[in-house]
Amino acid sequence: MAATAANEHTVLQFAAPSSATTTPILTARIHPLVIFNVCDCFVRRPDSAERVIGTLLGSILPDGTVDIRNSYAVPHNESSDQVAVDIDYHHNMLASHLKVNPKEIIVGWYSTGLGVNGGSALIHDFYAREVTNPIHLTVDTGFTNGVGAIKAFVSSNLSLGDRQLAAQFQEVPVDLRMVEAERVGYDVLKATAVDKLPNDMEGMELTMERLLTLINDVYKYVDSVVEGRTPPDTNIGRFIADAVASLPKLPPQVFDNLVNDSLQDQLLLLYLSSITRTQLSLAEKLNTAAQML
Amino acid sequence: MATMARSFLQAISKDEVVAPPLRVVQIEGLAVLKIIKHCKEFAPTLVTGQLLGLDVGSVLEVTNCFPFPVRDDDEEIEADGANYQLEMMRCLREVNVDNNTVGWYQSTVLGSYQTVELIETFMNYQENIKRCVCIIYDPSKADLGVLALKALKLSDSFMELYRAGNFTGEKLREKNFSWMDIFEEIPIKVSNSALVSAFMTELETDAPVSQGDYDRLHSSTTPFLENNMEFLIKCMDDLSMEQQKFQYYYRNLSRQQAQQQAWLQKRRTENMGRRSAGEEALPEEDPSNPIFKPIPEPSRLESFLITNQVSNFCGQINGVAGQNFSRLYLTKALHDN
Repeated sequence: MAATAANEHTVLQFAAPSSATTTPILTARIHPLVIFNVCDCFVRRPDSAERVIGTLLGSILPDGTVDIRNSYAVPHNESSDQVAVDIDYHHNMLASHLKVNPKEIIVGWYSTGLGVNGGSALIHDFYAREVTNPIHLTVDTGFTNGVGAIKAFVSSNLSLGDRQLAAQFQEVPVDLRMVEAERVGYDVLKATAVDKLPNDMEGMELTMERLLTLINDVYKYVDSVVEGRTPPDTNIGRFIADAVASLPKLPPQVFDNLVNDSLQDQLLLLYLSSITRTQLSLAEKLNTAAQML
Repeated sequence: MATMARSFLQAISKDEVVAPPLRVVQIEGLAVLKIIKHCKEFAPTLVTGQLLGLDVGSVLEVTNCFPFPVRDDDEEIEADGANYQLEMMRCLREVNVDNNTVGWYQSTVLGSYQTVELIETFMNYQENIKRCVCIIYDPSKADLGVLALKALKLSDSFMELYRAGNFTGEKLREKNFSWMDIFEEIPIKVSNSALVSAFMTELETDAPVSQGDYDRLHSSTTPFLENNMEFLIKCMDDLSMEQQKFQYYYRNLSRQQAQQQAWLQKRRTENMGRRSAGEEALPEEDPSNPIFKPIPEPSRLESFLITNQVSNFCGQINGVAGQNFSRLYLTKALHDN
């Protein structure tokens, strides 16, 4: 991508952010723990600081996705033209984290607040020395525009001929993998206080209620299409047909047998465990109540 | 605030302030996620980590945690481990994280966590911290869609017994102590800061069904149940071994008693003979005789722990079987329709 020598004008060019061996970054995948960490650090920041910065740990997958799995805050001082980052702290925390999980390496850094400013460019430079092509994550804790925006940026250097002009931050699409958070349950993580963790049966009840609502919705939709109230959508129709067809086609006798067998197995297990429990209490009575002398 | 005011009053009125009993463990969502992530990544290896937080009245707040590196070699990493801990706590202090240790967490496989090591670790922690708790997380249950997080504490009566160091039958009968009294389970509350809950509310997908639901509706729990049954059977074997030890001990004891009686009889007749002959009577006890050596009673701690584990497995099987019932009926209803 060199400027053509014949041309008098030099071309504003983007330097290739990395050498040919490393793949360019396409998307960023963030685990919910990182968001929690960032929010927690923001809440605990010293009063003088306006925003918090920290390091992002994770791994870079071969297809260009950056998997951000963990993070930790780094104390820093920021004034209008100067930025000071506690480098020792950063290295210490990195070493500690690597001891636990050597596969999680630095992939970039985060800061709270919307957008990037001059200080960010300097910090980004610092991180660029640690890892090639760091990713910069901004988490808008101030909820400007009424939205908590999470954006990821990669920087590329703008240069005019041989002179470095600026670093341009290009936005990278962010994929929020909330699978773990979903597993824990959004209700648990959303509320400011939850009194009791739901146990097995309650969770089951909740799931079944949700399933029932879903089925009801589909039912209503089909009804309204049949009556002509809503225009039919072939895609949805196809989905519904697939779903109904995925029920196994077993003759009712066979299916009943199957269900009854499984029921009997479960009952057997329950019986076994109750017997074991009785055995335990018996044994305990015999052990401690036996008096020899 | 009220508890703090009351304890201040108590402090000035009495010399000693009795800490209210621990009722609830309040964990932050951040700590929960960290624990889950760490345990899941290293499954099936068992991992541990430290819990940090505050001890306020009857609530133990856990605000953060950090994982421990896996120890391969115990000798050289002793000092390393302590260094790592100090380093982490110092670093976390700098970013204003509470760095009071309030306990530790560990992952477990199918709920088989009641071991002697657990008790020993508890005692170690208890010497330095007034109130500590152990959080157990079971990553294998997450596949069934259940958040298996438990907070455990050793009961006070058990701690006294352990310090006294003996678990003989009489002592236990005195205190009316059974295997259920070793561990106390404390209810867990989850709390989140307002900022985090704002983010979560926004990031929550609009899908009415989540991954947790998919996991719960999955009907193949057979591997989980099989493993549970296997562990249960093994534990029952261990339990029966312990029972046999006791039987052996009792048999030995009664045999020794019989021997003692016989020897005593012999001595008495001898003494009578001697008295009638006018000689000095021999003492009726002879500590050098091996049949008088007291046989140590085997400690009941192991059997208690095993009993605990067995009951745990039973409970798990019960829970999963119950879930399976609902699932089966659900499929039946779907099919009928």
